[in-house]
Amino acid sequence: MPEPIRLTIDGRSVEVEPGTLVIEAARRVGIKIPSFCYYEGLSLAGACRMCLVEVEKMPKLQTACTLAAAPGMVVRTDTPQVAEARRAMVEFLLTNHPLDCPVCDKGGECELQDMAFRYGAAESRYREAKHHVPEQQWSPVVYYDRPRCILCYRCVRVCDEGMGVGALGVVNRGGRSEIAPNRGDHLECDECGACIDICPVGALTSGMYRYHTRPWEMAHIGTICAFCADGCKTTLGVYHNRIIRGNNRDRSGLNGEFLCIKGRYAADFPHHAERLSSPLVRRDGRLVRATWAEALALVESRFREALASGAPIGIIGSNHTTNEENYYLQKLARQGLRTPHLDHPRTGDLPALMAAVAGREAALARIEDLYAARAVLVAGADLAQQHPLLSWQIRANWRHHQARVYVVSCGPVREDRYAARSVRVAAGRELEGILGLEESLRTEPELVVVFGEAIQGEQVARLVAFGDSLGIPVKYVCLVDYANSRGAADMGLLPDLGPGYQPLERSGMALDEMLECADLAVLWIVGANPLAGGVRPPARFLVVQDLFLTDTARRADVVLPAASAYEKEGTVTNVCGEVQRLRGAVSVAGAKTDLEIFTLLARRLGLETGPVTWEKLLDEISSSVPGYQVSAAALRAGVPQQVRPPRQASPSRRGKVRSARDTLFTSGTLGRYAAILSAVREAPGELYRG
Amino acid sequence: MLHPEPHPAEVVLLTRRFRLRDSASIDTYLATEGYQAFRKALAMTPEEIIEEVKKSNLRGRGGAGFPTGLKWSFVPRNSPKPKYIVANADEGEPGTCKDRLLMQYDPHSLLEGMLIAARAVGARAGYIYIRGEYRYLIEILDRAIEEARRRGFLGRNILGSGMDFDVYTHSGAGSYECGEETALLESLEGKRGVPRLRPPFPATSGAFGCPTVLNNVETFCAVPPIILKGGLAFAELGTPKNGGTRLFAISGHVNRPGVYELPMGFNLLRMIHEVAGGVRGGRKLKAVIPGGSSCPVLRAEECDVAMDFDSLARAGSMLGSGGVIVMDETTCMVKAAARILRFYAHESCGFCTPCREGTRWLATVLTRLERGEGQPGDIEVVRNVARNMLGRTFCPLGDAAAMPASSFVEKFREEFEAHLEGKPCPAEEVAIHA
Amino acid sequence: MKFSEQTEAKLARLVESYPPDHRRSALVPMLLFIQDEVGAVTPQVVEEVCARLGISPLEVEEVVSYYSMLRREPAGRYHIQICTNISCMLVGGAELFEHACRKLGIGNHGVTEDGMFSLEEVECIGACCWGPALQVNYDYHHHVTPEAFDRLIEQLRGNGLKQRGT
Repeated sequence: MPEPIRLTIDGRSVEVEPGTLVIEAARRVGIKIPSFCYYEGLSLAGACRMCLVEVEKMPKLQTACTLAAAPGMVVRTDTPQVAEARRAMVEFLLTNHPLDCPVCDKGGECELQDMAFRYGAAESRYREAKHHVPEQQWSPVVYYDRPRCILCYRCVRVCDEGMGVGALGVVNRGGRSEIAPNRGDHLECDECGACIDICPVGALTSGMYRYHTRPWEMAHIGTICAFCADGCKTTLGVYHNRIIRGNNRDRSGLNGEFLCIKGRYAADFPHHAERLSSPLVRRDGRLVRATWAEALALVESRFREALASGAPIGIIGSNHTTNEENYYLQKLARQGLRTPHLDHPRTGDLPALMAAVAGREAALARIEDLYAARAVLVAGADLAQQHPLLSWQIRANWRHHQARVYVVSCGPVREDRYAARSVRVAAGRELEGILGLEESLRTEPELVVVFGEAIQGEQVARLVAFGDSLGIPVKYVCLVDYANSRGAADMGLLPDLGPGYQPLERSGMALDEMLECADLAVLWIVGANPLAGGVRPPARFLVVQDLFLTDTARRADVVLPAASAYEKEGTVTNVCGEVQRLRGAVSVAGAKTDLEIFTLLARRLGLETGPVTWEKLLDEISSSVPGYQVSAAALRAGVPQQVRPPRQASPSRRGKVRSARDTLFTSGTLGRYAAILSAVREAPGELYRG
Repeated sequence: MLHPEPHPAEVVLLTRRFRLRDSASIDTYLATEGYQAFRKALAMTPEEIIEEVKKSNLRGRGGAGFPTGLKWSFVPRNSPKPKYIVANADEGEPGTCKDRLLMQYDPHSLLEGMLIAARAVGARAGYIYIRGEYRYLIEILDRAIEEARRRGFLGRNILGSGMDFDVYTHSGAGSYECGEETALLESLEGKRGVPRLRPPFPATSGAFGCPTVLNNVETFCAVPPIILKGGLAFAELGTPKNGGTRLFAISGHVNRPGVYELPMGFNLLRMIHEVAGGVRGGRKLKAVIPGGSSCPVLRAEECDVAMDFDSLARAGSMLGSGGVIVMDETTCMVKAAARILRFYAHESCGFCTPCREGTRWLATVLTRLERGEGQPGDIEVVRNVARNMLGRTFCPLGDAAAMPASSFVEKFREEFEAHLEGKPCPAEEVAIHA
Repeated sequence: MKFSEQTEAKLARLVESYPPDHRRSALVPMLLFIQDEVGAVTPQVVEEVCARLGISPLEVEEVVSYYSMLRREPAGRYHIQICTNISCMLVGGAELFEHACRKLGIGNHGVTEDGMFSLEEVECIGACCWGPALQVNYDYHHHVTPEAFDRLIEQLRGNGLKQRGT
């Protein structure tokens, strides 16, 4: 540890580590130095000049955002000269500003408004004509209003450094300078909206939010993004029971401020016109609306017939339902309906990894490890497309800590740009590619291995054995596709494994087998769409529980409208095994949560007597599921909890693992119902494949 | 561009080849002690070279006046990175046209200065960043570089010494800001001319992120005589702490405008009245900007001053780039100030707030005043905006705009007030009656 | 895009001037040299430069829009750039510019109908001691009185002879 540095700020003594900037040192002791261009985590600019402070023995005011603390330095932020400088900077920033706050989307959460309020003068002396530039639409997501722009370059830097995209630049010069998109008059990028959220003023606004509402008119509900498995926290802005936007400006959650287009702008799917609002039953070959009582009665009777006759029942679970729902479903299936035929669309071979690292607490990487590890290996995955948070973390690790990044993939990936080594392999040869890196990997002090579906089955055990042979600490991330893919496997929605990857005495049919089995009396598909584009499975009776009339639901005998992740409480587990709490943001008339549907059916079948709540189920999970011995109380309070690998675990020997290979702009079936994802025009990955 | 003979008051050192036939050719150069200083430097250690430059009290001729020897000594000798020499030939400060003559009439002295710097810091390559408008000089320099290569003064194993060094010209394309050393380096790397955050300074991280010596053309041209005749001899030509001669470009209302090489510390009034032949048409001197348009203006009565960095600082102005702009009694100070501020507004790179917004604001208000469309309070706005820019911008361009703005209104306030009150411009009155 | 042999030779020399991993350094002079031949930085030129230097169109746009000598539209055959900055202004630069506007019948950044002349009011061109000064393309003309300007225009119009700097 280097010697700390002691300096004085406004008469208060502060101790910081060498290299700390004065603006950060001040913050440690609660002294706020205003700034626009300074942004933690991004490169320094020194452009806005808001953070000028007095420093003893320096004749000029200094920018606190670029000045490193030095021993004995005496800084003053509370002098008339500093106040005058701040007042002047606000005045400069407002000279060409349109002052259209009453109609600006940023009103109420605008940093320029706040600064003008705190540090500005009561009136402006600027009487000259303002230079007007018409607003520009750069994409369905991004709009730019130059006169509002204060040129802090946060957007340019977050796009280039944070996202690794570099789609924004600065054109012209002097007072005519403006931010410009990478394709002349429009943007081709990740459409993540990071530039919009990071904009301190109303210069960059989103097509989803603009002119809809004011910030103070919305309810703000922090929950977990419903799409990929990374588990980003998103704060949904809800106005009149509609989700208008998502953001994470408070940097809470394991994603900090990161969100992709899905987390920010794709949360409108609950309000899609095709959302199911009533159960449907098949009459005369057509699905027609029915009451819940009618639909549930029909399902009940079919289950009763099957139970009475001993005909098999098949159940396919979901990658989107909560841990509590999944746990309850497997219990209902195995103990209530007494069927072993349970599976879910598996997108990564989690059981194989859990079996290989069983009992090794340090073998599973967390999201934060991707930012901290000295070396990261990404194999068989295009993280920028499928796991944008992981991609962000690794990129930040490289920028801030010079982490060494290794890539083994079939095609170009964004990580190539800064990878220490990039290896291209034919599909299916990923493991060989990794083994070929042995010499380099051996020189690393530690390693995190992130691998996709390309490595599954026996190969996972070989990968872990290879990791062990390196003689360095190695952690793993087995990539899976969706918001609770991890939880579905952890909770035992598998044909031969129960919760916590515990082997079952009696294994059942896997998903593909169920879809081909003519003996099934009932096939119950919960929140999954395995029949996309296919034919009706031969099961005698098909029950589908979903948000929309998917290809699978269309073929059902009974369709039960379910609530989405944004309409319910519970927990989900992300790709790295972090369990987080969902909070209901809106309610959609006619739909019921999956848990409610399960319990209604269970009650009808006489399998459930008491009330079932997600909190009670969470308690049960945390006391009984191997690896899930986490604090349920903390989770209920919104603090993420890390699960561990079970002490013993088995691989699954039945069924298949297939990733949907989504892109930034697709997300299985769910993605089709988010308007923005089909509105953007980019070819995913074009930016680094070009 | 040259007067047939140097003025008797001139000390021709850097300009001594200007009037020779084919002065730009290497033959002329070699016939007049050309590359002798470099030969001498080859026999010296790097430390000795830097010591000699330090002794000369040579201070940067671009405008800031930083001691050259000290600047060279900041280059880390042991850095494993390649090192670069960069000549700032982006002469753009209004009132300044001296480097143009040095490159036109004596390009080899620039190359020799760069060679000696390369020897002192161990550089392998050098660039001459030259403003795009000076295309004909690029051609002259390219010819000189080619000549020097052919004669073995550039390239590999120079004069059998084992030293490798080559020089390349690099054209700008219209940006005053690129005269600022870090903006120049950005431009050299194919980017917008936006200055870099310092530290790190170019001496440790300059061109291509490598240690770099960056000096003005005239600074490099002063190096060969310093090495050849010794630092002390050069220093003695000037005043204490302000070594040597300086090329002064005298423009505006004088009878003999031109570029003159005079000792540091030469009296400004003498320069105007004696060297430059006095004020045009026998008119009265009104004001002088002594070091290029960014320097605070001096009233006539303030002009009895020695032209060196320290004396001008005491007089409330600066030596800057040595561009002496002389204004007679018919000059409208509002018009002059407005023109200068329009220039800075045009050239502000726009990166930082106070410069981007301040230059535009000042130019707009001063232009209104010039047109007789002033409003009460305008003068205070100009003073105040300038004060709010001064010392608070990212790079010195903000100061370069603020200093003339505030000095013009403060020193010629009555003239600005007359414009504000709709009275006839006092300067025009003089012009009519003159 | 292919350019004349002369331009290509210049570009080839240029690219060799920089460290191999800093090809982008050639950008500003490359744009200027190509503009000299093509007349403007057209979208095709941007595309070509991107390909030659391995950079993105945005990186080129940032630069093209920054430097005042780079232009999107072709100038006249003789691009007349008159300095009106302080030193030239003191000796009649502004009046010369106004005279030029009248003489050519065009304003700042205008091009004559026959494409022969274009006019631009420019900042200091480093001819402060020899004002009023102007440049025709890259050639300097010093001490330009209105009469000298008229003669210059007639001469250029008449024979299209290249002028040499004094």
